Amino acid sequence: MSEATLSAWGRLALPGVELLGEDLESLSRGTTLSRGMGRSYGDSSLPALGTDRVVSTRLANRILAFDAQTGVVRAEAGLSLVELNRLFMPRGFFPPVTPGTKFVTLGGMVASDVHGKNHHCEGCFGAHVRSLRMRLADDSIVTCSRTELPDLFHATVGGMGLLGHILEVEFTLHRIASPWIFMESERVRDIDEFLAALGRAAPRWPMTMGWIDCLQRGRSMGRGILMAGRWAEPHEAPKEPPRAGPELTFPVELPNWALNPTTASLFNMAYYWRHTQQRVETLVAPEPFFYPLDAILQWNLAYGPRGFTQYQCVLPRAGGPAAVRAFMELLTRLGGASPLCVIKDCGPEGEGLLSFPLEGTSIAVDMAVSPDIQRIVDQLNEFVIEVGGRIYLTKDRFTRPEHFRAMEPRLERFLAAREKWDPHRRLRSAQSVRLFGDRA
Amino acid sequence: MKAVVLGGTAGMGRAVARRLVERGDEVFLMGRDAGDLARSAADLEARQSKSARVGYALCDLEKPEGFAAALDEADRALGGFDTVVVTAGMFATQDALEADVELTRRVLTVNYTNTVVFCEHARKRLLARGGGQLTVFSSVAGDRGRKPVALYGSSKAGLSHYLESLDHKFHAKGLSVLCVKPGFVKTGMTAGLKPPPFAGEPDAVAKHVVGAMVARKPLVYAPSIWALVMLVIRFLPRFVMRKIGF
Repeated sequence: MSEATLSAWGRLALPGVELLGEDLESLSRGTTLSRGMGRSYGDSSLPALGTDRVVSTRLANRILAFDAQTGVVRAEAGLSLVELNRLFMPRGFFPPVTPGTKFVTLGGMVASDVHGKNHHCEGCFGAHVRSLRMRLADDSIVTCSRTELPDLFHATVGGMGLLGHILEVEFTLHRIASPWIFMESERVRDIDEFLAALGRAAPRWPMTMGWIDCLQRGRSMGRGILMAGRWAEPHEAPKEPPRAGPELTFPVELPNWALNPTTASLFNMAYYWRHTQQRVETLVAPEPFFYPLDAILQWNLAYGPRGFTQYQCVLPRAGGPAAVRAFMELLTRLGGASPLCVIKDCGPEGEGLLSFPLEGTSIAVDMAVSPDIQRIVDQLNEFVIEVGGRIYLTKDRFTRPEHFRAMEPRLERFLAAREKWDPHRRLRSAQSVRLFGDRA
Repeated sequence: MKAVVLGGTAGMGRAVARRLVERGDEVFLMGRDAGDLARSAADLEARQSKSARVGYALCDLEKPEGFAAALDEADRALGGFDTVVVTAGMFATQDALEADVELTRRVLTVNYTNTVVFCEHARKRLLARGGGQLTVFSSVAGDRGRKPVALYGSSKAGLSHYLESLDHKFHAKGLSVLCVKPGFVKTGMTAGLKPPPFAGEPDAVAKHVVGAMVARKPLVYAPSIWALVMLVIRFLPRFVMRKIGF
């Protein structure tokens, strides 16, 4: 009989078993980590040891309070964004911040302090969280917020689940004018034009992001499609809400060789030139706008059994376009062949002690795991450290601890919070073993 | 519908209750833990588009003396219910049951004797008001004597037998009895067990079950593939059943 394993989205599987149940409060007692839908790419939701007891929050998914006047919701940590959107979008509410997949739980959104297309306006999800109910390492249950145990609150937001089990989340939903998005998309020729276009779009649009063909080098390096959007006003939107698309599932696990520079290049070329006009304005449903990859379930099978990682970093604005151009040159030279490369300008740093974004440009690129992957990540990280940037722990699997320390000036404060709230490091993950030296 | 859901705070009961309130039905919850009931009632209130309170009462399948009072409370809150759903029950593995006779007694009592007693209370009230809907979760485990579910399955076999008889006897009087036979569903109850092929998700099972309730069907397998699987199992000769582990 094969050993039970837990998997992350990048297809890394480690020995471990989930405890699954509706009663998160009792399940979390004496356990080492909570995980939601397992959509973090690397090792952050995986156990430090195969014998560690990891709690799955997925069935703890009740809404405990909703105020239709203020939009304030309190819910158990396992409530998914799929369910939240399904219930509240028809009533004119939407999460203040959504990541690029709806297959995440509220607890996961807090632990990763997720950001979205509106980061330059709304910051991270944590900025909209009012309070958290948590089970701590000593098994006590507390509520924390900006005014109640604020140090615990700030270390938990973006803290990768290492301060305690998040049991409940209270946050504010935003009102939306209609369930449709008014989107403008624009074909962009190179990285300099991209940065200029993002800069022009930011004050005009509450949501922006771009797809980059990261296989292009030379004059076309960084070409792609810029997408900007806002919620459509009622007079612009169709009377009927958007219809749900078909639920497709990636049918088979592709062999490792299927996604290679040639196939990725063909995909990128088709995707770029599919945008035949220079600029298009259109109404789209929120699903394809926010969650284009969710249209095909289990798309991670496309990378084959070797799996993949996503390298996501943010380069500070101070480095200017030159830093972004230099990063893209390094990335293309190292051969990060992928159909997925996303660029986004971020607003100011959030409150979370390890929250990812800072004012600058975020670039995320999927990469198949290969014998070269450690070398590629190391070189990218060395560049990021040089320009004062940082990486996103939710995507990470290969960063070395010394590199993370070098790029994270807030780390000492985070570690001090862990020392205070969990001196024996009862809460731990495979990622905390790798990056923070927790015992395995 | 004005539905009482016994076991509506967790698992398939939670999913069925959610489905009902999202359809616009009124729901009253019954369960063993007041705190848990309050949280589930809040969840249902947030999910319904109208603004209405969801009531609840304590009711424990191990305490049949409380059945009548709980149903009285549901009647008062709903202004007379027309639907009763029972998803509560006890599960234990065959190994655990064989090792503990007291546990066996409890599982058999809860799943068969006390569930039947609860249904009798509900059935009489529904018939007194001209009929209604009684939906009870039994199990595919009751369809055939099988090694891995010998004891648990026997309690469900008895329950399925009772529900079929109720349908035969009272259908003409307006009582619609639905016997639900779920296969393996990924809920807290089955946590820790390795999901077999065709394992169902609670929401999908609930959708299927509520559809069968609306269509006033007497029997539903969920997921539906289990109807075919159990058809084959029922026809397997005894010498085969003695050999296989299923």
